[in-house]
Amino acid sequence: MTPERRPQPTPSQTVGPFFHDALLDEDRSGLVSPDHPEALRIEGTVYDGAGEPVTDAMVEIWQANQAGRYNDPKDAREDLPLDPEMISGFGRSGTDAGGRFSFVTVKPGPVPGPDEGVQAPHIMVSVFARGLLKRVVTRIYFPDEEVANASDPVLSSIEDVDLRRTLVAHSEGDALRFDIYLQSENQTAFFEL
Amino acid sequence: MREQPTDETASLRTENDGQPPYLYPDYVATQLRAPEKPLIILPRTLSDTTGPAYGRDPVGELDNDLTRQHAGEPLGERIIVTGRVLDGDGRPVRNSLIEVWQANAAGRYTHELDQHPAPLDPNFSGAGRCLTDNEGRYLFVTVKPGAYPWKNHHNAWRPAHIHLSLFGNAFRSRLITQMYFPGDPLFEQDPIFQSVRDEKARQRMIATFDLETTEPQWALGYKFDIVLEGRDAIPMDNHR
Repeated sequence: MTPERRPQPTPSQTVGPFFHDALLDEDRSGLVSPDHPEALRIEGTVYDGAGEPVTDAMVEIWQANQAGRYNDPKDAREDLPLDPEMISGFGRSGTDAGGRFSFVTVKPGPVPGPDEGVQAPHIMVSVFARGLLKRVVTRIYFPDEEVANASDPVLSSIEDVDLRRTLVAHSEGDALRFDIYLQSENQTAFFEL
Repeated sequence: MREQPTDETASLRTENDGQPPYLYPDYVATQLRAPEKPLIILPRTLSDTTGPAYGRDPVGELDNDLTRQHAGEPLGERIIVTGRVLDGDGRPVRNSLIEVWQANAAGRYTHELDQHPAPLDPNFSGAGRCLTDNEGRYLFVTVKPGAYPWKNHHNAWRPAHIHLSLFGNAFRSRLITQMYFPGDPLFEQDPIFQSVRDEKARQRMIATFDLETTEPQWALGYKFDIVLEGRDAIPMDNHR
């Protein structure tokens, strides 16, 4: 099909302030049970350009399981196990009055990259909010993966070292912290898909 | 100028893609929330060409009928909203979750932060969901939402709209949008609608009245097709 005959995408519009009953009526912030032996809590705050917490955002994540397999038939690598403990790999958290979100999950395994390479373990992140006419997309990388991170094709493609660093979470006690800065000097790196 | 696509992937990344910008100053809330640094181009990999099939909980049979969630019927003009969800190649997006939410017929959301002094309707919560069928078709029954005021600028009113959230086949195809109604006099002054600068792209957010969908003695019908970015493809190695 020629590009001209392809249907054109429907434009994105902001999620607005009133999505909670429809999108957050059930708690989907737990990808695994908190009792899972390798359960990992990831938390963070979404900040706007004035440094104020964004109290009406929604953060979604999508990730592979510990073996590095995505729970989607399009990931056809049947030699890798699906994880009955992690039903979907999808999570969703609203931000609270302090702009905070949190997930309970497990650290994903490495996954295939472009050009038959490998990508360091990471979690895909979308942020929706009033004032965001389209989502912002970022990734959470892991601080204990220095070697894999150093050769990750996506991290390596970011020339600005400070910007690159925004994608690596920090250890904070038993949890990982991943704050998201929508704007300003210390803005988080965002992707164009 | 639109970049001339050299291959299928490049055609997805033309500059004028019909999407709104992050920063649209007339929509005041974008001013402190729009990213400023250049976006990093993300190569296609399994990380984004896969995605959740649908939410954890199965969709209930009546979840797509917002008029039957309470003891009585909501006030307002009963409508049927239906259409197809397609991918970038025009193929149906099957078995895919759509979540919707909207104001009631008086222009009031059930949300605690909605301070518009219009009545709540005890028979209308304004949230629903459904899965697309094998042809990518979806259908909701609801009431036509009212316009409502907001504080973006003096005497600002949002045109009537229904919010839709779609997953599609992949992380890449995730979309949250708003469906508008034809001929709304509020389009001209609404910065959220106008943030989509391309006139043809704006038209793609407006449903069309459809007599065939309209049920005699029952409800008006509107058609609204939705096209998601990307397609159901395996990862490709052509990126930049």
